[in-house]
Amino acid sequence: MSPEPDTGPGGGAHHGPDGAPGTGPDPGPGGLAELRRGRAARRRARSPRLRPHPFGLRTRLVLAFLLVAAVGCGTTAALTYRAARSAILEQAQDTAVSAFREQVDALNIRLPVAEDDLRPLLMQIARQGKPRPWRVYAEYGTVRVSSTDRPSSSVITPELRARAADQRLPHGSFQRVVKGGTPYLTIAVPAVFLTRSAEGAPQRTGLVLYAVMALDEEEANVEAMVTAARDGALPALAVALIPALIAARGVLRPVRELRHAAHSMGRGRLDTRIHAKGSDELADLARTFNESAAELERSVAELRNAEARARRFASDVSHELRTPLAGMLAVTEVLDEDADGLDSDTARAVRLISAETGKLAVLVEDLMEISRFDARAAELHTDEVDAADCVRKTLQNRHWTDPAQVAPYLGEGIRARLDPRRFDVVVANLVGNALRHGGAPVTVRLWTEGDQLVTEVADRGPGIHPDVLPHVFDRFYKADQARTRSAGSGLGLAITLENVRLHGGTVTAANDPEGGAVFTVRMPL
Amino acid sequence: MPRVLLIEDDPSVREGVELGLRRRGHEVRTAATGEAGLDALAEFRPDLLLLDLMLPGMNGVQVCHRVRESSQLPIIMLTARGDDFDVVIGLEAGADDYIVKPARTEVIEARIRAVLRRIEEPGGARSAVEFHGDLAVDRAGLTVAKSGERIALAPSELKLLLHLTAAPEQVFSRQQLLEHVWEHSYHGDARLVDACVRRLRNKIEDTPGEPRYIQTLRGFGYRFGPL
Repeated sequence: MSPEPDTGPGGGAHHGPDGAPGTGPDPGPGGLAELRRGRAARRRARSPRLRPHPFGLRTRLVLAFLLVAAVGCGTTAALTYRAARSAILEQAQDTAVSAFREQVDALNIRLPVAEDDLRPLLMQIARQGKPRPWRVYAEYGTVRVSSTDRPSSSVITPELRARAADQRLPHGSFQRVVKGGTPYLTIAVPAVFLTRSAEGAPQRTGLVLYAVMALDEEEANVEAMVTAARDGALPALAVALIPALIAARGVLRPVRELRHAAHSMGRGRLDTRIHAKGSDELADLARTFNESAAELERSVAELRNAEARARRFASDVSHELRTPLAGMLAVTEVLDEDADGLDSDTARAVRLISAETGKLAVLVEDLMEISRFDARAAELHTDEVDAADCVRKTLQNRHWTDPAQVAPYLGEGIRARLDPRRFDVVVANLVGNALRHGGAPVTVRLWTEGDQLVTEVADRGPGIHPDVLPHVFDRFYKADQARTRSAGSGLGLAITLENVRLHGGTVTAANDPEGGAVFTVRMPL
Repeated sequence: MPRVLLIEDDPSVREGVELGLRRRGHEVRTAATGEAGLDALAEFRPDLLLLDLMLPGMNGVQVCHRVRESSQLPIIMLTARGDDFDVVIGLEAGADDYIVKPARTEVIEARIRAVLRRIEEPGGARSAVEFHGDLAVDRAGLTVAKSGERIALAPSELKLLLHLTAAPEQVFSRQQLLEHVWEHSYHGDARLVDACVRRLRNKIEDTPGEPRYIQTLRGFGYRFGPL
């Protein structure tokens, strides 16, 4: 298994789905990367199933990690922000409220309130602002006095005024107000009489003092915290990418190996195994794959061995048959000549032996030929020949010279590179087959189509039954189970098919709409 | 009638072929092993050797080599295998032709006659000896000499050379040569021609790798010359 990055799930180093760096070793500049791309491209060409997945495992894993990280960061930031914000603001307002109360309590005010008396007092309180300076306003009936040049503040809300007048809140109240983008703390404290008795409630004077303090610094602090939280979250997300990619790689590499292995097994490399280590589910998967592959390899090997044995057996049998046949065939002439001088029964027996010996010799010859094809031992001895000459000689050698029987229509001057002996067998088998099972006249046509030599043998017989058509090239196929043995060995068309294949061509059987069977051979010139 | 020595280890084939040939008037001597065959050769002096390739002990190819060391006796191989490899090795060893078993007697005899047949000379006032470069071809005496030294040629080699030199610079396809020199059918085995050309070149060319007399025309065949 090659660990190279490729176009599998999540893409490779050269095109991550989201611009993410690949997990594989970064191919160096130039040659290696080119080579890898080339190999990947070739693999793509071989197997269209291997394509980049825009939402592959890697993308999903990375997105999941980022989502978790984002949610974590966001939640943390939000909680921190809330807690810190309230802490800062509360601290500020607690300080301010208590300081203001103290100031107000310490006031020495004589009633009725005179504006001129009150103002210096307010100025004094304003200077005591804690934690920061505040503006102080006093309201007494319709009297409005302040420490600033404006007698009243627009920041003080009616609500606060109402609450300040509320008898149940003797110690005053406060409110945070945002005005013009600036947050303000407004505090209202009613001035009271302190009665001498301990249980007596303080008596309101009707004078209410307000302090208005801008909280923009606190707000700025909170803003800074938010910014810090955000600035911390982004690197955190970036950092989260690393474990995401590592995890993705950990998942993807076994998956990719598995895919490569499955692909390679599909191409016939049954000895493919995956490196299985660890004890997680992926390792289990790898081990299961390996076990299945081993099992498959065993079964296929057994099948192949059985097939090889069967083929060897057929080949050995036909080889063994040749020697006795060679002796028998050499004396058939003697039998045929002397049969006339024998009594009739003996003569018939002798002629039968002679005739069947001849057929047996043809059958064994054909078996040998098929065995050679099966053992891939058939060799092509090509020669550049005139195709029409070849066909003409074939017909002459078989004495098929009567145009009423076999009519040749041969394109002249076609030079083709083929094995003349095998081409002769092809044409002779097809014509012999047409004469036996079809009907005269048999036409043999020869022409070229592009870079192909086309040979067509057609007869005027009844054609081939549709049930038989797919099996005409099978070995020993009998179109009619009860059919008596014909002159052929039953291997003629099978040998024809193998011979054409050896040339890199095709042979097809079909029925002509006008009647009769048509065999078409196409071979490269 | 030609005298034929048959070297064949299988008794039934030996007997069958002997019977068949004798019925056609040949004088046949048989031997069961290569060694016995070589012994019979000197004594029987056959016109032709029919040789099985698969022999126990000394095999047919070795017998072929031994015969070719000293004589240009026509040799036809009998091959039970018909495997391409066997045929090529036998042809390289100097056999003139081969027959695949099983074969009818008429086929065997036709091959024997073809190998023994002298090449037909087109009648004409040819000089007895032709000179082609360093080669002197005596068409009447059926001898070939190179630079004055006689070259021993097997029947198929001699016939091929005579056929090519009869029409110098004319291209013959391998199929044509098979028909004319070996009298095979048009669809015979072109390797016969190739093997014979190789053997011939080894005997007559100065450098067999760069032939001067017998030239190959890829895709067409062979021709003699031009020198």
